[in-house]
This record gives sequence, structure tokens and C-alpha cells, in this order.
Amino acid sequence: MAYTIAEKILLAHTDKKDIKPGEFIEARVDLALGNDITAPLAIEEFKKSGFKKVFDKNKIVLVPDHFAPAKDLRSANQCKILSDFAKEQKIKNYFEVGCMGIEHALLPEMGLVLPADLVIGADSHTCTYGALGCYSTGVGSTDLARAFIDGKCWFKVPPSIKFIYKGGLKKWVGGKDLILFTIGNIGVDGALYKVMEFTGPVIRKLGMDDRFAISNMAIEAGGRTGIIEPDEITLKYVQQSQKSKAKSQKFKAKAKSLKSDSDARYERIYEWDVSDLEPQVACPHLPSNVKPAAKLSNIRLDQVVIGSCTNGRISDLRIAAAILKGKKIKAGLRLIVIPATQKIYLEAVQEGLAETFVKAGGIFSTPTCGPCLGGHMGILAEGEVALATTNRNFIGRMGHPKSFVYLSNPAVAAASAITGRITHPKEVV
Amino acid sequence: MIIKGKVHKLGDDINTDDIIAAKYLVSTDATELGRHCLESIKPDFAAGVSPGDIIVAGKNFGCGSSREHAPLSIKGCGISAVLAESFAAIFFRNAINIGLPFLEMKKTDQISDGDLLEIDLSGGIIKNLTKNKSYKTAAFPRFLQEIVTKGGLMNWIRSKKEQGQ
Repeated sequence: MAYTIAEKILLAHTDKKDIKPGEFIEARVDLALGNDITAPLAIEEFKKSGFKKVFDKNKIVLVPDHFAPAKDLRSANQCKILSDFAKEQKIKNYFEVGCMGIEHALLPEMGLVLPADLVIGADSHTCTYGALGCYSTGVGSTDLARAFIDGKCWFKVPPSIKFIYKGGLKKWVGGKDLILFTIGNIGVDGALYKVMEFTGPVIRKLGMDDRFAISNMAIEAGGRTGIIEPDEITLKYVQQSQKSKAKSQKFKAKAKSLKSDSDARYERIYEWDVSDLEPQVACPHLPSNVKPAAKLSNIRLDQVVIGSCTNGRISDLRIAAAILKGKKIKAGLRLIVIPATQKIYLEAVQEGLAETFVKAGGIFSTPTCGPCLGGHMGILAEGEVALATTNRNFIGRMGHPKSFVYLSNPAVAAASAITGRITHPKEVV
Repeated sequence: MIIKGKVHKLGDDINTDDIIAAKYLVSTDATELGRHCLESIKPDFAAGVSPGDIIVAGKNFGCGSSREHAPLSIKGCGISAVLAESFAAIFFRNAINIGLPFLEMKKTDQISDGDLLEIDLSGGIIKNLTKNKSYKTAAFPRFLQEIVTKGGLMNWIRSKKEQGQ
């Protein structure tokens, strides 16, 4: 039988000899994740059903990151439900404020997800870890509650679509532009209930931060996961985070051999030469409403957000800081920079990036999902317009139903903060 | 199971931020969430729902976040079933898992806002009593039917454990 990488991982987590797209399976998960929005509901369901003990205290991760540090009393209560449950069940991987980061940046950084793993998370952007060559996918709170009980989850095996990127990338173009371009092409349901497999020479040259940005937004095209075959770059990344296991020869061999078979079945194959691709921006109110940044220079901005599980990693902050260094942001505009984890926060301080943002007139926040989902730390008022390095621009996503969110890479976001309108970085550098 | 109710018509790509805005995700109570269902795009939606009413939408219903609060708020405001051309994957599994009835059918544009529908969930037959027409949808695969029949995922897993499986 010929399999895609996604099918191989799913199959390896069942007792079956064969699987095919469309089939319903029950699979063992390596990790189950919840946050301060989704885990309280899961914990409630778990308790209501009369179960007392989680299946494995080492395979559950709880991260209060969405409304944390608690934005109000009710979110404080939700965070407390997580910390109480973690204490009661002796869950090791509970990350309190101070250790906490945005879950999809934090888990890879902590070495909690590795190539070949099967990971579920009660958060749609769980698909991010596909960049490491694992099958990771978003589920609901009840799925998480069930996983607490027996470490399993039901899946309908999705067919795969292959995306091949050829050529080279222009300056100021990165992973975010590739995924926005892709969603712009196939639409917000272009990969509905499918695995998106990203490959080709352009992907092979990208660093992990860019790859995470690509896989992160697979869900915005309806994808169950956005998977990239592991290579030397993947292995180097996981060896830094997961020293003991990832350095073993057995693990290296396994990760390197984890590839789609040459005759694996794909529902569709897209192949693009992206050599001419310019920085992309998704306009309100869908991530598929994509235009080149240079064509949107008339869009005036009230706020720029650099952060999130898509683009709040250290290389994103370095790109933004390089553009902002020695410059001031447009008077009256709010620039909010949110490093995704404590480690990234500290690196940004030590490298002088935080100083650059503050001197430019921006603010530098503790890690949180915050404004991305209209939680806190930068909610938009009626009529306001924001450019964000986040992943969604639905109606009311960042605040008032009559506010507007544009999505871009960190370089476009930084350049636009300087001019106060959507700007191609080459204009200010 | 037969469901009968008035249609509330929605378009394509109704996302979970539309269904329940993030500011309300500090509650897990279906009734409270239900009061704010679809508020961002239809401020009067919840007030206009009579218990038993049915949402009919286009493609990709429930796209976006994994928040189970979305199907909960739909249930909580009194909607008895959702009919759409396609459903986003996480919404699909959440609806199965919490026992919110939903059906996929092609060309939902045959149904208008305010139509009275009668849905036979087990047979997959939808009768449009206003237009005097009927439509057929595919029945759930057996695996999902089993979860739905048990009243959701937690009941299903509990009965499995009780049977020692």
C-alpha cells in the first residue's frame, strides 16, 4: 500500500493494518492540549461523566494563553479551573503565567511535539505542529474530555492535497505570504476536510519559523493539518528543544524516513513557481481575500499587531525590528508587539529588539493570544482598521463588528506602522 | 426523530466568530451563550428564534476556531438543527460530539428564509411544508450514527467502558 505521510502517522497510531481516506478510525494520541477557553468545558464534561483520573498525566498539556494573564474576573476563574485540574491530576505540563506562551509556539519550543507524533488540541491552530512532520489537528472540548479518559480520538481519515512551491522567494516574502497566496488561490474551503501537504524546493529552504506560519494557517483553508516532511532543518530544531530523545540515532533515522510514498494518493496536486510572489495581504473579512501589499497603499491604519501563533516567533520580531530600528511609527497609530513565548520575550530583550519597538513608539507585551481573537490588549473600536500578523480577519474578530482587520507578514506590518498605511517594506527601507 | 421548525437563512462561510464572539467565551453555559448567538452579523438573531427553528446555510458552515461554544450557543438559543451545503471539520465533529443535529444537503438555495421544514433525521428526508417539496440527504455513516444515537461522545464512551470495551 502507498501512503502519504499523514496516512502513515495515523495508521501507526491504530491497531489496523491499512487505512484509506474516508474511513473512520479510533487512534491513540501522543498529546492532548487545551487552553483557558476550551479546557474548562472539557474538564466540566470529564467530571460530569463520572471519570476520576486522566489516562496519562504526562500526555496532557494545559496552557492559559487566550485571556491570560487573566483579563477579568471570569477569565481568571477559567484559568483557575486549569490550574486546579492540573494540581488535582498531577499534570506536569501546565504552564502558569511566567512560563506560559502562546500554545502553538510554546509546545514545539518545549520539545513536547516531535515528528511522527499524533497530537490533538482543543484549538483550531493545533495544525501548526504539522510543520514538524507530525499529524496535529484541532478538535473540540468534548474530544479533549474523551482523550482525558482513554487517550484516544476518532478521526475520519482525510484525503491529502499536495502543494509544491518552486523557484525562489523575493526579499520581504516569507512563509506567511506563501500561505496567504495559497488560501487566496484555493479559498477558505479549498482544503475542507483535507490534509494539506506542503513541499518543494522553496519549503526545503525555509527555516522552522516560516514553516510554522504556513502550517498554522492550514485551518484557514479548511485543512485538518498542514504537514511538512521532516528534514535536516526539522531535526536541528527538535534537537535543540528535545535533547535526549531527538538526539538518538533511532529517532533521527525514523524522522528522516518519514516521507510520503512516491505513489501515494493525492486528491489534487498544486504546483506553483513563486519567484515573482510579492508580499501578500488578506483583506476583510476572509483570509482568502488576498491582494499584494503594494496595491493596498491607500488603506489607513489605526493599529498594527505583531504577534500570535502565526508570526510571534523570534525571527518575526527580528524582521520587524530591523525595519523599525531608528525610526518612529506614525503619530496616532498604536503598535502592539507580542512575543509568543517567554523565551522569545527574553531573546527579544537581550537582542535589543524590545528597545527598538519601544523607542519607535510601540508597546512590547507579555505573551498572550490577546487581540488576535478580540480578547484583550488591543481591541478595536467601531470603524477602526488594523493590520496584524495574525491568522483571521472575520467580522468582529479583533473587536467591534464594524472594525476591519488586514493580515500580513511581520515586515509589511512593521513598514506599515511607520507610514500609517499598508506599505511594502521596500518603501521604508 | 422528527424536527419541525421555521428556517433562518444564512450565507456561505459562517464562521465561529460570527456564531459566538470571543468576548462571550468566558462562559460554558449554553443558555447564556445562546443569547449572543450570531450577534456580530445578525444582532436580533437570538431574540427571533422560536424553540425548534432550523438554520439553513451555504457552504463551509462553522469554519474558524474550535470553540465548542459555537454549537452550544446554537443549541442554547433554541435552534433544533442546522442544514448546510458543507460543514467545517471541527464544527462537524463538535456537533456530533454534543448531539446537535445537522444535515448536509446540496443546493440549500432552494429553501427560503421563513420556510417551515420537517426533517426526519434517521431517514435523511427534509420536507419543505411551505414550498410543498421534499429533499433527500445522505444518512450519517454508521460510526457517527452510533455516537449520535447514544446522545453524544461522552455517553458513547461511557457506554463503551461499561461494556468493558
